Amino acid sequence: MTALAPSRHLSPLTGLANTFTLTWRSLLKLKTNPEDLPALVLTPIMYLVLFTYIFGGAISGNVHNYLQFELPGILVLAVIFSTLGTGQMLSQDIETGVFDRFRSLPIARWAPLFGAVLGDVTRYALSVAVTLAFGMLLGFRIQAQPLAAAAGCLLVLVFALAMCWFSALLGLIAGSARGVQWIGSLIYFPLTFGSNVLVPTAKLPGWLQAFVKGNPMTFLTEAERGLLVGGPVQTPVIRTLLWSLGLVVVFAPIAVEVYRRRT
Amino acid sequence: MNTPPADTAIEARGLVKRFGKTIALNGVDLSARKGTVLGLLGPNGAGKTTAVRCLATLIRADAGTASVLGYDVQRDAHQVRQLIGLTGQYASVDEMLSGFNNLVMIGRLLGIGRRTAKARASELLERFGLADAATRPAKTYSGGMRRRLDLAASMVGRPAVLFLDEPTTGLDPRSRNELWEMVRGLTADGATVLLTTQYLEEADRLCHDITVIDHGSVIAAGTPDELKARVGGQVLAVTAADPSRATDVKALIAERTGLAPATSPESGTVTVQVTDPGLVPTLVRELDEKGIVVEELTLRKPSLDEVFLSLTGSLPPEEPATRTQETAGSAL
Repeated sequence: MTALAPSRHLSPLTGLANTFTLTWRSLLKLKTNPEDLPALVLTPIMYLVLFTYIFGGAISGNVHNYLQFELPGILVLAVIFSTLGTGQMLSQDIETGVFDRFRSLPIARWAPLFGAVLGDVTRYALSVAVTLAFGMLLGFRIQAQPLAAAAGCLLVLVFALAMCWFSALLGLIAGSARGVQWIGSLIYFPLTFGSNVLVPTAKLPGWLQAFVKGNPMTFLTEAERGLLVGGPVQTPVIRTLLWSLGLVVVFAPIAVEVYRRRT
Repeated sequence: MNTPPADTAIEARGLVKRFGKTIALNGVDLSARKGTVLGLLGPNGAGKTTAVRCLATLIRADAGTASVLGYDVQRDAHQVRQLIGLTGQYASVDEMLSGFNNLVMIGRLLGIGRRTAKARASELLERFGLADAATRPAKTYSGGMRRRLDLAASMVGRPAVLFLDEPTTGLDPRSRNELWEMVRGLTADGATVLLTTQYLEEADRLCHDITVIDHGSVIAAGTPDELKARVGGQVLAVTAADPSRATDVKALIAERTGLAPATSPESGTVTVQVTDPGLVPTLVRELDEKGIVVEELTLRKPSLDEVFLSLTGSLPPEEPATRTQETAGSAL
């Protein structure tokens, strides 16, 4: 049947092609999964509407001022929470046996992991676009240079890319998509809300300030504010990049190792 | 390492696999000749799935060796993966994707060009009677349709060796017959198929060779006819009118035959294989002497079920009831 002798090694190029096929598969779900796209689009819209009109008056005196303050934070919130999707999809693939099929195929061992992550980065980009577009509709104005604003969008994607390795690890060990959801929420809620995303650090009680000041979400949000509406840029950007690097260096190898162990 | 004969497609020697304290495989040997169907028969939890997972490079055995078409499943896993197709006990298709896209994805992952992959997908969907459902997400498929899609997915790369883990569990009789035909067609084309099953009928009708495993060990191997002949003799079945005397009946039969008879929990019928029909008159007399009234006493040829029973000590399920996970614990 098989005329050709099987090849001994897999070329990195094949691995890359495998990754792109699996990215395509991940993005196809935006079209075929009825919950995927609406969740991605509606979540940031819901955050914006809720937080702007609930907290706006109380925190900043008026809605417009608060929107300028909060939108960079909402950007972070929406994107960071969607990184949970990476872990959910991975654990779903394990549960349904899709991963078994992948592992029985002559593809790069890391391709399913990288394909999932790459597909998700595309999702985050969509989330960023929706947040900005809807925010502008509500009255948000970008006050910085367009190039700086573009850098802001890129920075949140870079950080999300790092976070989704953590999510991937969660997906590999949580046992079910629902497990990823609740363990993830348990970690993500304090991490995101326990920052300057919605409330200026100065308005928080002292003990909480200590946590908030060390929280990477705070650095990321500060950097986003600087890049979108003006303010300090250099320090928060550098800190965010260092955190991103740290997350990747720690969690990517662990995730890959856990994934390989399962084989 | 000793090389298996040239006409051997799948070969395993002394496979051992433990999950924590559970020993899933306890030194399994098996071998499948090229172009034949090897049936791996055994009750739930016997280790069938674990064996397939070892052979299909999904998990590493703790000890022993296995090869597919001469390639070691651990050392040459990448080569093995180019030669095999796998259909798991659980339909492993992407539920969110359409049947068509599932097959295109597999084709692309196998390095087939986009156009060829699409053509192959359409061809397989047609062949498995899924052409009408090609564009629907797989999650809308019925159990049988999903199984067929799963099978189609394992055949995209025209594998020389196909592993089918309980391929007919949950299929209606018509789909099951279709699947049998497909498997026969594949072997006629020269492919080798290893399938696991709990169904004797399936093993009997489809497999050239059968390896029976239980508790992780091979307890019998041979052609279906050889296995039937092995049990040999006839089956004596005795049912006491008073179910409480079933244990007395069992004790008496055990004493007379020197064998351990089996008792059916529902009817209290005691069965045992006998080689000497002359035993029956003696037994009738002794039952009478002990005052045991017999409701039924028969002597007949062994059924396939009893072949299984004598080998594994328990009867296979009549119908696919609940699908029990065979691999222990959370081991995937």
